[in-house]
Amino acid sequence: MSSEVLIQAVVSGLLMGLIYALVAVGLSLIFGLMEIVNFAHGEFLMLAMFASFWFWVLGLDPLISLPLVVIILGVSGLAVHYGIIRRLLSAPMLAQVCGTFGLAVALRAGAQFLWSPDFRTITTPFIAGRVQIGPIFIGQPQLVAGCICLLAFVLLWLFVTRTETGLALQATAQDRQAAAVMGIPTERMSALGWAIGLGCVGVAGSMLSTFFYIFPDVGVNFATLAFVAVALGGFGSILGSLVAGILIGLVESVGGVLFDPSYKALVVFGLYLAVVIVRPNGLFGRF
Amino acid sequence: MTTDKARLLEAARAEALWPRPPLWALALGAILAIVLLAFPLVGTTVFSHHVMIMIFLYALMAQAWNVMAGISGQISLGHAMFFGMGAYATGIVVVKFGGTPWIGLVLGMVASAITAMAVGLPTLRLKGHYFAIATLLIGSSVQIIFQRWDYVGAASGMMYPIKRGSPWWDLQFHVGKVAYYYLALGAAALGFLLVWYLRRSRFGFRLQAVRDEPDAAASLGIAVAKHKVLAFMLSAAMMSVAGSFYAQYILVLDPERVFSTDISVIVVLMTVLGGSGTLWGPAVGAAILVPLSEYSRIWLGGTGRTIDLIIYGLLILAICLLRPAGVVSIFSERLRRRVQPEPQPVPAKEMPA
Repeated sequence: MSSEVLIQAVVSGLLMGLIYALVAVGLSLIFGLMEIVNFAHGEFLMLAMFASFWFWVLGLDPLISLPLVVIILGVSGLAVHYGIIRRLLSAPMLAQVCGTFGLAVALRAGAQFLWSPDFRTITTPFIAGRVQIGPIFIGQPQLVAGCICLLAFVLLWLFVTRTETGLALQATAQDRQAAAVMGIPTERMSALGWAIGLGCVGVAGSMLSTFFYIFPDVGVNFATLAFVAVALGGFGSILGSLVAGILIGLVESVGGVLFDPSYKALVVFGLYLAVVIVRPNGLFGRF
Repeated sequence: MTTDKARLLEAARAEALWPRPPLWALALGAILAIVLLAFPLVGTTVFSHHVMIMIFLYALMAQAWNVMAGISGQISLGHAMFFGMGAYATGIVVVKFGGTPWIGLVLGMVASAITAMAVGLPTLRLKGHYFAIATLLIGSSVQIIFQRWDYVGAASGMMYPIKRGSPWWDLQFHVGKVAYYYLALGAAALGFLLVWYLRRSRFGFRLQAVRDEPDAAASLGIAVAKHKVLAFMLSAAMMSVAGSFYAQYILVLDPERVFSTDISVIVVLMTVLGGSGTLWGPAVGAAILVPLSEYSRIWLGGTGRTIDLIIYGLLILAICLLRPAGVVSIFSERLRRRVQPEPQPVPAKEMPA
């Protein structure tokens, strides 16, 4: 196999990995704050993609509707937190798992009911075509998507580490009671976590919609990879999600080249099992 | 000394359990049994038989998941893999070797139990969420493997040859569904009895101790890991029986259908809806959800329009928010209060400090 193919696989894996990472970080943030796994995460990604699609039908390119999609997803994050999650916090773990699972099933079936299971694409995005760097080709939508996801990640990182609210968020995740004693409104921090977590999904979904098929089940695969990324990076770790997301993108893409492409999911799942069995708290632990 | 111990155990048992079911409960049970046994004989339609068969099948599957999650406290999101393995075990025996599906049934149970052991030994040490996600991933991996496995027809699966010789030997009944009805009823009843026994056997008590207080259980000398793996194996074998039956019932199998993640999800939802850890919960959940999907498919002609799944999802969400202990708890709570003092519910885990 030529080295060009491998470099090509690395570059596309890297770009896809940035999207995985942004989906995963939302999941990780929510888990870090309240120890709840959002099994409906992929469905919110699907909703974000459909939102971008319908804005595009109305004449807004995904790049322009991006802030709108992020706001819609952020607000639905607040709604989910206040409407559902807050009431589940004191329930047994099984009810917590099944609560978000039920939400996922209803959202997916609802999307299928409203919009049919057809595959859709945004056919005329602003950015199309590809750039050539030496022997490798990069799709422009992928490149822009990767850059915007990275930018969102940097913004999130700056917010969490450099602002007072961000530090309060971290404090809540580390020790909820101590944070409450210090006068941090932990309840509001959880709501903020949901808004930011789903906002990240909004960015990822909006960008993904420029080059990926849009259909009701699209979230399942991404959510599965996000679970893997979160577990790899350590539940609650922001930087861990970034590294793990990129790692998964790379393993998937390079694994697809080295082995039969149809087995690339198995390679990623194998990576998950290997890591959680060796390091049950993930590669990075908590942030 | 040993007799003392036995007497103490007996006394503890008598106290912990529902001492003796009241007469009216026995009468209700007898009526239910008679109704279920007589149902296909009183001129009901073939479609209603089909709905009942699916209820029994799903009740068995949900009961299998209940052994895993309700009794021993491990949430598996990949149970479809055992369903599929049961289906494929009978499929391989019948289609490839021309044997009787009864052998396939046993082989499927053995294969599923061994797989459960292989999966469970490394993963059951993981904390709840990590284990749930691990089973989800392993479930999809098994599906991917069967989709690529040429010997069993890869993605297109296997078609059964039609046999008309001896229906009970070949487990193929081509006139009506009455025989399948009784087979499914029998299988569901066996699963039900197993859980009934588990909930009052020593092994079952150990499992429940492992579920509620793993550390305390370990300190009392219960081998926590071993019990979790045993419960997983038992649950897998039960699931496999349902898969074998299903393959014989529809006489065609493909990985898309028998390893579907939907199966894993639906058994979870049914058990939780009915009440996980209870004896009747899985059956009640199946009796609510199966007719919902079967009849909405008929009434709405739903190809792709999935009203039933929307209702499923919302029902589950509602039950988790309003009554996490499941539908059955609405009745059993009142009943138990009359028969014996209320056992303390397991306190929900608090937020870690």
